[in-house]
Amino acid sequence: MNMIRMIVTIILAGILTNNYVLSKFLGICPFLGVSKKLDTAMGMSAAVIFVMVLSTAVTYPIQRFVLEALGLEYLQTIVFILIIAALVQLVEIVLKKYIPALHASLGVYLPLITTNCAVLGCAILVTEDFGSAAYGFGEGYLYALSCAFGSGLGFLVAMAIFAGVRKRMEFCDIPETLKGLPITLVAASLVAMSFLGFAGVVHM
Amino acid sequence: MAKKTISMRSASNENSAAVIEETEETTELINTATAETPEDTEGADNKEKTQAEAEDTSLPEAATEKPAQAEKKPFAGGTFADAMKRGVILENPVLRLVLGTCPTLATTTAASNAIGMGIAATLVLICSNTVISLLRNIIPDKVRIPAYITIIASFVSIVQMMVKAFAPALDESLGIYLPLIVVNCIILGRAEMYASKHAPALSALDGLAMGVGFTTALLCMGTIREILGAGSLFGAKLPILANQPILFFSLAPGGFFVFGLLIAAANKLSKKNNLPVRNGCGDCPAAATCSLSGKGGCK
Repeated sequence: MNMIRMIVTIILAGILTNNYVLSKFLGICPFLGVSKKLDTAMGMSAAVIFVMVLSTAVTYPIQRFVLEALGLEYLQTIVFILIIAALVQLVEIVLKKYIPALHASLGVYLPLITTNCAVLGCAILVTEDFGSAAYGFGEGYLYALSCAFGSGLGFLVAMAIFAGVRKRMEFCDIPETLKGLPITLVAASLVAMSFLGFAGVVHM
Repeated sequence: MAKKTISMRSASNENSAAVIEETEETTELINTATAETPEDTEGADNKEKTQAEAEDTSLPEAATEKPAQAEKKPFAGGTFADAMKRGVILENPVLRLVLGTCPTLATTTAASNAIGMGIAATLVLICSNTVISLLRNIIPDKVRIPAYITIIASFVSIVQMMVKAFAPALDESLGIYLPLIVVNCIILGRAEMYASKHAPALSALDGLAMGVGFTTALLCMGTIREILGAGSLFGAKLPILANQPILFFSLAPGGFFVFGLLIAAANKLSKKNNLPVRNGCGDCPAAATCSLSGKGGCK
């Protein structure tokens, strides 16, 4: 029971209070780049959730059983980014061969994800938050995966809301200087401000 | 004005070592930094004869211009100034090309953090550009991106360990964004667009210039956010502002807001000075590594 409550809390925190995009500034490039249309925003978000959960599922045991066991924590950055890069390639090849329909919708976004800081950020953050210091492997692994899933959902929510805001903005009379990226950032600022209202709603 | 001078001074201090390194190899710097074609590799230093020879034969026309230029600019001051102007103003990675937005937004709550982040990224940029440029003829084209990522990640790990050892307070405040330099689009973008096509010294100079541009933009934003959001500058309390700090600016929304207005100001200035405004993927440094570039771009 306690565990389920913890998992729900972690997922809710990932969506509302610790939103990766709007409060931690991870994954800003795709947030600004592909949020113009709702369907591309959703495709990108789905790909991010997929890769985020998958990469956490691989990097967390490696951190626990290889890096920490051998005292190689300082290699974390280089090992994680290589795992993520290889994983993204692998996922692309597998999807292309076995699920072409999914590849057609996610394929475009997959190479972009290698350099998406939300994925690497998530892999590193969960080893800090749910690492060996506080949790046993089984429990920590479960929490790490739910954190990855929740953060991915948070990314999706932010993308969906922002795609809607941008759609409305297309019909607005925007001052010449602010056209394009500046007004997008100011709009992102307002969306982020609305998420500040959730501060304190979820206690970890 | 004050913050500009600070930034320039810090930049020059930090990079003086790199400058000295470059003057030792002045022969390479005679090329103009603005040249886009691989002709620059023709000026590759004598140490790497194997590489230089291969390219010299294919580029006879560039070789004829070389001696005249070499006499004119023995210290390559023009190249240095050009590269710096390009990195800081014309192609500022943050304000003009809008790359590396995550660290820009996240680490600029205080001016000192902004400088720390800028210096760390600059170090990685210079080192990775140099090494990638040295290895540019060895790395097979098909696996170049993973190879670049590995090289960049190694240097990030080195910088990370150095910061942990010598500036633990900075490590604490930069947190996750220090390892995330690996996925900073500026670094991969420069590796792909510049270092893989130019000689090592030029690539190092390009890394330096881009790093200084990145640091300048970060410092600019960090100063604004710290003054308004905390009422202090580099930790020192300011007289009136410290009584009523505007918390909005040090929180996440303030980051987006200040960044948006800074880009608007940069756009306005570039229009006034008739600088080309960025459009499409044509001048996006990440275009080569971006899968959207073949499909009409992301904007």
